[in-house]
Amino acid sequence: MEKVSTITSRSLVMSSTNIDTDQIIPARFLTTTTREGLGKALFADWRYDAEGQPRPDFLLNTPEAVGRTVLVAGRNFGCGSSREHAPWALVDFGFRAVISTEIADIFRSNALKNGLVPVIVDEDTHAWLIAHPGAEVTVDVERCVLSLPGNREVSFPLESFARYCLLNGVDELGFLLSRMPAIEEYERRGAK
Amino acid sequence: MPARTLFEKVWASHEVVAETADTPAILYIDLHLTHEVTSPQAFTVLRERGLPVRRTDRTLATLDHSTPTDRAQLFGEVPIRLESARHQVEALERNAAAFGVELLGLKSDRRGIVHIIGPELGVTQPGKTIVCGDSHTSTHGAFGALAFGIGTTEVGHVMATQCLLQRKPKTLAVEVDGRLAPGVGAKDLILAIIGRLGVSGGTGHVIEYRGSAIEALSMEERMTVCNMSIEAGARAGMVAPDQTTFDYLQGRPRAPQGDAWEAALENWRALPSEPGASFDRVMQMDASEVLPMITWGTNPGMVVPVTGTIPASGDAVFQKSLQYMGFEPGQSMAGKPVDVVFVGSCTNARLSDLREVARVLRGRRVDKSVRMLVVPGSQQVKREAEAEGLHQVFLDAGAEWRESGCSMCLGMNGDTVASGRYSVSTSNRNFEGRQGTGARTMLASPLTAAASAVTGRITDPRELLA
Ligand code: SF4
Repeated sequence: MEKVSTITSRSLVMSSTNIDTDQIIPARFLTTTTREGLGKALFADWRYDAEGQPRPDFLLNTPEAVGRTVLVAGRNFGCGSSREHAPWALVDFGFRAVISTEIADIFRSNALKNGLVPVIVDEDTHAWLIAHPGAEVTVDVERCVLSLPGNREVSFPLESFARYCLLNGVDELGFLLSRMPAIEEYERRGAK
Repeated sequence: MPARTLFEKVWASHEVVAETADTPAILYIDLHLTHEVTSPQAFTVLRERGLPVRRTDRTLATLDHSTPTDRAQLFGEVPIRLESARHQVEALERNAAAFGVELLGLKSDRRGIVHIIGPELGVTQPGKTIVCGDSHTSTHGAFGALAFGIGTTEVGHVMATQCLLQRKPKTLAVEVDGRLAPGVGAKDLILAIIGRLGVSGGTGHVIEYRGSAIEALSMEERMTVCNMSIEAGARAGMVAPDQTTFDYLQGRPRAPQGDAWEAALENWRALPSEPGASFDRVMQMDASEVLPMITWGTNPGMVVPVTGTIPASGDAVFQKSLQYMGFEPGQSMAGKPVDVVFVGSCTNARLSDLREVARVLRGRRVDKSVRMLVVPGSQQVKREAEAEGLHQVFLDAGAEWRESGCSMCLGMNGDTVASGRYSVSTSNRNFEGRQGTGARTMLASPLTAAASAVTGRITDPRELLA
């Protein structure tokens, strides 16, 4: 995994609550056998019309979307299925962080494994971000701090090991493999 | 030692290394179930790193999600029509063969939806840790297992090491007392619970369903309840194992036999939460107040009794949901027209569910405006249903009877609901586009689905169950 330390971008705001993984990437795009190229299917049912043409009014199709890497989303982003295709699609499109008041468990875990930083903020900060689309924000993984315009800073929770992995580009599989003696010992003791 | 919960016991006995402030626990996984959609990229990682599937004896694969449900395609008489689905099926066949993983393949008489076959074979057992690259893995918690969905990267971790890095979740007790009324089932109960908890109410928690109403449920019903734990955002759902659990498992092909059975029973009897064990949160419900339920919106928390009305007002998301569904605030759900009825999925496609549907359909016909699809959860369910003649009831009523698979639960195998059409579905997700682009899904019990198929309108099943 690539190292991630700070992400600075103007924000894109999708304020809907409970944006589920079927919206992030509909099931019919899950028949791939690779990770690459899923960015074109990101939010497909909202982004394209029945003929497959981009809907000009959908956020990701607007000129502002170009180059932005931070998504501000409504509460409970990423609920629903365990498909890792959801963070793959977001990352492939260019996103590096998602900010919300709540992010669903499995999505959050999947995001972290792909260098997409889940940033949980309080209601007030969230309300401000929703009200200020395009605000320039910085996600500082080292300090677990989100910086907002006007030198405002809010801290966000990040599990310590996940933070370590992001900062050092550590992949968890390597870590687990390095603990193989303990795993073998557990099995000798008699796994259930 | 302080009194412990079921979850705490299962968790503790699977810690290879306990969590610390700096590192998550290394949790041992007893059983890894896998399917064609969330495994290909994990196999690729193993290949890139030159790693084997470490414990093929703890890994079981099947084909369900993108698998066609019509006979000719399934049994190879004609090619699988959806090319992408065909590639995915072939990829799992190749990967399973290359890595030595047992695959219940297209022609296997044990094949079925991953969450139906685990219990059916008896590999799902109390006290086990069970994972699968699928969020409805929570189903297996009905047996007192700790079972949860994982992403594809983690699928690779389990394949390579039989372990996962996990932070210990919190616990939530959902205590349900009282008795479900006639015509009201486990699906109605879990929809009512999600309605109360909300779709993120369980985030970060493992739910233990307990209380006299839960104890009174059959294993099939407990599976329906645990299945939808994820729809409340919970990591997993569990029910303490008891005699109902043991009776279900005894004699299953892969359950312990003989002395091993006796030894297993002794372990399993020690699993239930001890008196006085504390949960991080507790929610109480009275089962006798639950009515047949149906969803009106685009997540499972947007739910009312079949006899109820859509809320009169709400926020922007509420407006967007109603617009998608083509409904107005304050409307009654009963009487709304229905185009498609889907009976199937890991929530409600077991034999008991099909019997419920047959109870309503026997001697009746599906309304001519409705297309009804009945899709058994596994090939075994299919055989058992046919042995009882249930399929004849469905066919006589004008419904379609298919081979097992996920089918219309998610639009990726060729079975879909057309844009703008209304579907009453016994599955678990009513997200926008879940059953096909633009499809409008209303989640309900098998009884409500069957009753609505007969009348062509959303119908309280109690009206037809005189
Ligand atoms: S039936 Fe539906 S919810 Fe269940 S495993 Fe298949 S796709 Fe997932």
